[in-house]
Amino acid sequence: MATELGPTPVKEPVSGGTPIHHAPKGVGEDNAIASQGRWAAWLLAPTILALAIVIVYPIISAVIMSFQQDAGLDPATGLFTEGGPAGFSNYTNWIFQQCAAPGGGTVACPPGTLGAQFWSATGTTFFFTIVTVTLETVLGFWMAVIMARTFKGRSLVRAAVLVPWAIPTAVTAKLWLFIFAFEGIGNKLFSTTILWTGSEWPARWAVIIADVWKTTPFMALLILAGLQMIPAEVYEAAKVDGASAWQRFRMITLPLVKPALMVAILFRTLDALRMFDLPYILTGGANNTTTLSILVINQIRQGFNAAAALSTITFIIIFLVAFIFVRFLGANVVEQSGATGRGKK
Amino acid sequence: MTAATTAATELRAEQDRGRKTAQNREKLASGRTYISAAVILIWCLAPAYWMVVTAFRDVGFTYDTSVFPTHITLDNFKTAFDTSFGNHFGQALINSLFIGSVVTIVSLLIGVFAAYALARLNFRFKYLVLGFILGASMFPGVALITPLFQLFTNIGWIGTYQALIIPNISFVLPLTVYTMTSFFREMPWELEESARVDGCTQGQAFRKVIMPLAAPAIFTTAILAFISSWNEFLIASQLSSDATQPVTVAIASFAGAQPNQVPYTAIMAAGTIVTIPLVILVLVFQRKIVAGLTAGAVK
Repeated sequence: MATELGPTPVKEPVSGGTPIHHAPKGVGEDNAIASQGRWAAWLLAPTILALAIVIVYPIISAVIMSFQQDAGLDPATGLFTEGGPAGFSNYTNWIFQQCAAPGGGTVACPPGTLGAQFWSATGTTFFFTIVTVTLETVLGFWMAVIMARTFKGRSLVRAAVLVPWAIPTAVTAKLWLFIFAFEGIGNKLFSTTILWTGSEWPARWAVIIADVWKTTPFMALLILAGLQMIPAEVYEAAKVDGASAWQRFRMITLPLVKPALMVAILFRTLDALRMFDLPYILTGGANNTTTLSILVINQIRQGFNAAAALSTITFIIIFLVAFIFVRFLGANVVEQSGATGRGKK
Repeated sequence: MTAATTAATELRAEQDRGRKTAQNREKLASGRTYISAAVILIWCLAPAYWMVVTAFRDVGFTYDTSVFPTHITLDNFKTAFDTSFGNHFGQALINSLFIGSVVTIVSLLIGVFAAYALARLNFRFKYLVLGFILGASMFPGVALITPLFQLFTNIGWIGTYQALIIPNISFVLPLTVYTMTSFFREMPWELEESARVDGCTQGQAFRKVIMPLAAPAIFTTAILAFISSWNEFLIASQLSSDATQPVTVAIASFAGAQPNQVPYTAIMAAGTIVTIPLVILVLVFQRKIVAGLTAGAVK
């Protein structure tokens, strides 16, 4: 009896020190799960091991490094400082912008040093994230709604949106740098004479426009996949009941597409928070377009350990945002089921 | 009674009216759909078009802003491969192909087992493992670069291929597992059991039934993995040398004859070379790729 239950591996009778009684059903299932668990462990081992080596080890290593002092010439004092435990000084260097003072102790980091740029880089990163993700969500939603309709040439549009996505970010950055060149097509088309990469706001908008161009398709495709999960009958029924287009959008489309939309927004947000390629190539981080990732890269050659502290801070920030998002998502699921309850009346 | 019939006729008349306005509205809506579709097409394709037009434009007319191709030449492609200004684009192409292939193959070889386990088996901590892998794919590259930079400096790996391949696997492997898991979940696994019933061994069932079914999913995942590795810039910009740099780094640091003049036409030519194969690949396998990209997000 027990052998008929579930896909038990062939070798089980051999390994069995346990006598085969007429096992009750539940125990048989437990065995099946346990043997599947063993299988799963073997199958997952290479992936887990690989990720442990390439991700977990560097994280732990970065955290250890962040509490060490950088050996070398102190940029502030010109004196040679030795390595050794640093306590939280690498973190205070960034968060409180305290640099080592010539006579020991700390002073506020002078303007121009990397330490003085932490909060502005954080601000820039969040500014980019909020603006690009908002624009991408709105534009992506619009694109998805259009692509979900049936019309001649729909497959052409669906293919076209994949083009920006397929172009490597480094190429995208150079392309938009060329479009935003002073004598470039951007200024020509809009009859403007803006030095796009020359001052703060044009430079920021150049990065935002390029990023929105590159990543909106991804958003649109994710939302489109969500839209296609909604059965057409629901809309038909709503139409028969006399719901207007806006009502159908607000009462049917939005709530039903919400799970897919939230996942898309989460993915894009986490991606935007680590933005590097685009501003690094497009503006070089000049004119207040330095993101946290760029700041880490700039710091690496001045001192590993301070860079490790900053990358740990960046990691924690991204982790916190992801955590808030997931909690927020969970809250929304509850809210959604509540809303349908209220809708019934 | 009469009141009821009047009400019925009124209702019918109203329905007729409603149908007519609905038809009109549909016509209007389809017109608007086409306009919107055209806007999307232009927005997505115009910058890419501009890259190609510039790539074929004579360097003396770099800033020509006529919309149609003018001063057509192939010189820019020659300049792109020219090594006399310290560019290594040809080598970079080979490097990118090599790094991308190794990363894709290794990630698939390791990831396919994990994806099978996650899609097919029941075990404890399944969601913990899935969460870990998903979290890994969202991991910021800068958090890896600092310790790796120091480690690779200490063991003399800066500028080697392995220094580029190993961190790349950390980005590509989670993506591979995640995409393949959602593909595998949708496969008709009953067929495996029916093959067993029909007298196949487990190995035969896997080879003759499951492999052919899984092949498209694995192939699509391979394309996505390759593209993601091909696009990698952050790690490569810090850990590569002139001999091992991939195309993204080569294009980002492309130098011209004069140090203060950016050779845009040559850069656009290089960009076109890097992009066209990807675009063709993506367009040919469009359906599969969209399915792979959105896999998991909607379930």
